Amino acid sequence: MRFDSILDSVGGTPLVGLPHLSPSPSTRLWAKLEDRNPTGSVKDRVALAMIAAAEKEGRLAKGATILEPTSGNTGISLAMIAQLRGYRLICVMPENTSAERTQLLQMFGASIIYSPAAGGSNEAVRVARKLAGENPDWVLLYQYGNEANARVHYESTGPELLADLPEITHFVAGLGTTGTLMGTGRFLREHVAGVQIVAAEPRYGELVYGLRNMDEGFVPELYDDSVLTSRFSVSAADALRRTRELVHEEGIFAGISAGCVVHAGIALAERARALGERAEIALLIADGGWKYLSTGAFAGTLAEAEARIEGELWA
Amino acid sequence: MAIEVRIPTILRTYTGGAKSVQASGDTIAGLIADLDSQHTGLGERLVDGAGLRRFVNVYLNDEDVRFLGGLDARVKDGDTVTVLPAVAGG
Repeated sequence: MRFDSILDSVGGTPLVGLPHLSPSPSTRLWAKLEDRNPTGSVKDRVALAMIAAAEKEGRLAKGATILEPTSGNTGISLAMIAQLRGYRLICVMPENTSAERTQLLQMFGASIIYSPAAGGSNEAVRVARKLAGENPDWVLLYQYGNEANARVHYESTGPELLADLPEITHFVAGLGTTGTLMGTGRFLREHVAGVQIVAAEPRYGELVYGLRNMDEGFVPELYDDSVLTSRFSVSAADALRRTRELVHEEGIFAGISAGCVVHAGIALAERARALGERAEIALLIADGGWKYLSTGAFAGTLAEAEARIEGELWA
Repeated sequence: MAIEVRIPTILRTYTGGAKSVQASGDTIAGLIADLDSQHTGLGERLVDGAGLRRFVNVYLNDEDVRFLGGLDARVKDGDTVTVLPAVAGG
């Protein structure tokens, strides 16, 4: 495969079978490997689409400053592209994220403003909104409410999955900005009768949920629950266990959120097998394991790893 | 009387600091009514006139009850219900 530049190579990721984790030949799991994007995550699709849309709308000109709340991957993708296009990038990132994220952001030339650990990404959103209000010339792309985020999945991730797995029965992805599930989900629902669109949501340690009032929670503006058919909450212990199973059973070194998605996918596959139904389940693997090495997620026993990531934003 | 309900940190003022409590009911609505009778005020932090509050997520055995019938979702002995505030990712 030949491309004119690295940005032209975004998307078009492989879909690989998981023969060892699939319960039976008629209830199969497939992994869409989004770590095969230029900066190693699904967010390259989103960052490129949001920047292209803002350029088209005339919101971005050379030398502009982009501001974005991010737990890491979106920031890293934006940083790479911003550097190539001549934009300055400021990321607001929770302080309880892995060291690799800071290193990668800085390597690509981004500045980082840390938001408090307690409250996780909700706090990063709050801080970014405040900064955007104080600096009206900065461009807040705002992945949680940016239509280009969901649209790029409608236009690329969805069609790629349908082409590679026309018999798809389920699509499972992590729930962060909700963009992946909204865009891919809408496309698949339009083209595959009865397809199930399933969210796998990380269940963090208590610190991440913060101590603010329940009414100060956060639901991304992109979220439309009518696109989903179910939504699972996956504990750190289950996500870590499945992340390791991906390594040991299938040879796939993925990030911890992938474990979350695999856990939900296996539950769906087992349910289908018990009912005697066919299942072809596509799992979106958002990133590789590299950025999580320093968290200790892959070292020692599962209990040790779980203790180490308590309080971290691991997805 | 054997449904475990996990309570998030910010609502533990209602449960005397307990991380999880026991309650009973046939549906999520019944369970919340029972919770409120044991821990006065907790119910209205979870539901309003329109159903579950916007930033409250309730999971029945790790599955979001909004996709299982909402407040009408059936619960039974041995189930685990987890209450969490909505958070962002990305």
